[in-house]
Amino acid sequence: MSAASPTGFVSDWDQDGLDTDEMVVNMGPQHPATHGVLRVELRTDGEVVRAARPHIGYLHRCFEKHCENVDYPGVMPYADRMDYCAAMGNTLGFALTVEKLCSIEVSPYVQTVRVIMAELQRIASHTIAVGTYTMDIGAFTPFLHLIRDREKILDLFEWTCGARLLYNYNWVGGVSHDLPDGFVRATRDFLREFEAVTFPELLDLIIHNRIFVRRLSHVGVCSPELAISYDLTGPNLRGSGIARDLRKDFPYSGYESYDFDVCVGTGQYGPKGSCFDRNWVRVVEMRESAKILHQALDRLEKMEKADVHEKVPKRVKPPKGEIYFRSEAPRGQLGYYLVSDGNINPYRLKVKSPCFTAMSVFHHLAKGMLIADVIALIGSLDIVLGEIDR
Amino acid sequence: MDATYAYLVWLFPAAAQWPSWLVTLVITALPALACFSFMALGPLVYVYAERKVAGFMQDRLGPMRVGPYGLLQTVADTVKLLFKEAIFPRKVDRKLFIIAPILVNVGAFMPFVVIPWGARLQPADLNVGVFYVSAIAALSTVGIIMAGWASNNKYALFGAMRSAAQIVSYEIPSLLLILVPVMLVGSLSLLDLTQAQAGGLQNWLLFRYFPIMPVAFVCFFVTGLAETNRAPFDIPEAESELVAGFHTEYSGFFFAMFFMAEYTEMFVFSAVATVLFLGGYLAPHPALQQIGPVAMGWFWLWFKAWFLMFVMMWLRWTLPRSRVDQLMYIAWKVLLPIALVLVVLVGGLVLVPATANGFPWDRYVAWPLTLLLAGFLTLVMIRALRWDKGRARELALPAGGAAPARQVVR
Amino acid sequence: MDAAAIHAALVQRFGERITGASLDAGSPFAIVATDAIAEVAAFCKADPALALDNLMCLSAVDYPKETPPRMEVVYHLFSYRHLHSFALKLHVPRESPAVPTVEGVWGVANWHEREAWDLFGIVFTGHSDMRRILLPDDWEGHPLRKDWQDPEYYNGLHVKPTPQMMERALAGETIGVGPFDFTPDNKHVEEP
Repeated sequence: MSAASPTGFVSDWDQDGLDTDEMVVNMGPQHPATHGVLRVELRTDGEVVRAARPHIGYLHRCFEKHCENVDYPGVMPYADRMDYCAAMGNTLGFALTVEKLCSIEVSPYVQTVRVIMAELQRIASHTIAVGTYTMDIGAFTPFLHLIRDREKILDLFEWTCGARLLYNYNWVGGVSHDLPDGFVRATRDFLREFEAVTFPELLDLIIHNRIFVRRLSHVGVCSPELAISYDLTGPNLRGSGIARDLRKDFPYSGYESYDFDVCVGTGQYGPKGSCFDRNWVRVVEMRESAKILHQALDRLEKMEKADVHEKVPKRVKPPKGEIYFRSEAPRGQLGYYLVSDGNINPYRLKVKSPCFTAMSVFHHLAKGMLIADVIALIGSLDIVLGEIDR
Repeated sequence: MDATYAYLVWLFPAAAQWPSWLVTLVITALPALACFSFMALGPLVYVYAERKVAGFMQDRLGPMRVGPYGLLQTVADTVKLLFKEAIFPRKVDRKLFIIAPILVNVGAFMPFVVIPWGARLQPADLNVGVFYVSAIAALSTVGIIMAGWASNNKYALFGAMRSAAQIVSYEIPSLLLILVPVMLVGSLSLLDLTQAQAGGLQNWLLFRYFPIMPVAFVCFFVTGLAETNRAPFDIPEAESELVAGFHTEYSGFFFAMFFMAEYTEMFVFSAVATVLFLGGYLAPHPALQQIGPVAMGWFWLWFKAWFLMFVMMWLRWTLPRSRVDQLMYIAWKVLLPIALVLVVLVGGLVLVPATANGFPWDRYVAWPLTLLLAGFLTLVMIRALRWDKGRARELALPAGGAAPARQVVR
Repeated sequence: MDAAAIHAALVQRFGERITGASLDAGSPFAIVATDAIAEVAAFCKADPALALDNLMCLSAVDYPKETPPRMEVVYHLFSYRHLHSFALKLHVPRESPAVPTVEGVWGVANWHEREAWDLFGIVFTGHSDMRRILLPDDWEGHPLRKDWQDPEYYNGLHVKPTPQMMERALAGETIGVGPFDFTPDNKHVEEP
């Protein structure tokens, strides 16, 4: 099944049957540009990739099995750690799933707080996505500029709940900490600088840069049918021109009352659905998230403060039943399939992570590209191995 | 060389009686050795400069801890690299593995022999100076391929092959563009090229045949970026694709040698570009050539070469990387045609006696253009500083202060 | 189309191969006979009224305590054209479960089915690449089944501390369970 060479390199392809022009190259699992521990086996003819095989599972931590042994609030820290670059989204999805099964309705105040945190997390997650992507393409400076802004968001998170990366913030029935005094003003300061400085600079410096565009605009083109068939969601799907966003189609946590646009890849420099388009959707989504944040902050200022632990049950014991709930995480649709048998532990919790399905299309798109484009493709799908492997 | 002989006899009167081979050996080797030692300390400064430039462009400070303002950072790094274990992976070709960095350094340091730092401050004035520089610099390509092959690593091989293809492709427009100032001056010797630009800023070859020579300069600069594997042409060491390209498997002192060679090559290229286009060791105004008893030639060459290196660093931290085939496209389909057209054009213009030394409006373009550029850059810097102070004032923080999130005000 | 209408369309086309359904608003699903799933899937995607062109999630659940004990494979489907969703379920036996693959209908099923095989042991017949995806290639067993026991050893390393180790540790011996505490013999062999 796997052929080992004298140097110990294990390949799934039968190396004796290889055309003599072809070479099997391993990318990873330790590699600067694979965004985590991912191993990609490439069969190349010089620089051209003839076949690609991703190998995942290096970060598998048996999340689903653990969930069967802890109670529902105990699942939250585990859920954080799946997509560790956008932890607020994971816990929000799970909290909403359990709340739907238990029929818990949270107050508008808690909903607004959740939306603020989710959108701040979206901006923070996209800064990593776009920043590391430009770094992979070779421009180091935009990454640092974006990380500077991400630091401001992480400072806000730390101020609120004490953690910078993995928060355990969204609880079943509420959130863990209320927003501190001065949070609104600090967030507005951040947004002002972000919209005035970082975002225009990002567009000028790198997004419309000719070298960047030429690297990406004809690479990794994913047609809409392929995207739907391989369940690409979120910015990956919208990059192919399909304007579907769960926050608009099946809104949750009060999203129906906010005014924002769904960002779609327009094929402005090449065919629609290229790596550039997927990246473009993430860039523009940052501005849309800023828009939502302004509205949410305005709303928050007019509301009375409510107790964020008001609806948090003492023991979370959903009735017997099952539910599949999806939310719009920064990387796509995060789906939780929860089967409850009436106990305090979940009977089965299956997570459909957006990066898992995004990675499944990789072998299809990678055929025929150059090795440099493989890097561009992995980065444009914006994968986080924690979420793929759980 | 006769100056060196005079110094030698002054120091050791007995030297006049030495056998001639010893005398020749000493007076040729000593300047070369002095030059080499001096230049070998160069990378210490260039690496520090690169890190500081990178830091400031990325809204951070760069090295600050080792020594005041981090000035001793490269010294610390060098010491660390010297002490690090030089790992030889299994199955590397040991001989090639060791020779490769040596060869790359040879290709990087040898061109210093012909670079003129002053009218008589040149280790050897070869009458094929520019040709010699190109030929020797191409030797590093062999070293790079050796490094990639000997590493027993597919990625290193990729990097080496890409580098070889890139350097060889860009040699052609590079040589053609070198021909342009050479045709104008009529000599390959670097000293002659410099002295043909005597008399001040307006005589520099950059401003002849305006706007033809500036185009040649820009294209030559681009080929130089590709020759020295700098961004946007740093595919061979594309950090995020091939880990470190051809020098992935090198560690410790061997890596230090590659590093040294890269920055030295950058300086060599900048120095050659300065000699060809920017007047070499000549000051912009003849009055500045000699301040009191001190000849300032070396300072001016340094200043101009360092400015070009700063531009290289500036570009590296701004631009992303071109893909290999796009790189090749630029070399063969953009730069080569431009270079050919320029050679034919300038060659024709040189033959016509009326324009043998340049267009009539050249002398009026030089100073205005330079002052405009310098003024523009100064204005940009002033504006950036004022914006920074304004932002700090707005947030009621000390200049360069912390993130706003910690304010507890409502 | 709402759940009842989708269910009606399926029953009209496949008759008694749709063996059951539950149509409450929260999570409607229809139970399909195992050998019919490939055709049902193809119909769901191709039929213009259903147009369930997206497989949102393919999960496997283990129910050893039901009567009869079974495993379920749940397909959550969604339509981008009509924006409706539906679920299909298969009941498979817990011993040697085998299900026809649907990777020809929805490309993403390739990886989902590999995961179901990896964690539950459900074989998807006709799959092009039936091998483990999350666990190491040499792992034995299927951990997410309810009757899973942690192995004692994996490649010669203790997986969990045993009670005997605890006694020895309390007696003062230095015990470790990690790879760094079991120093293997130096297996480096010089090539000739």
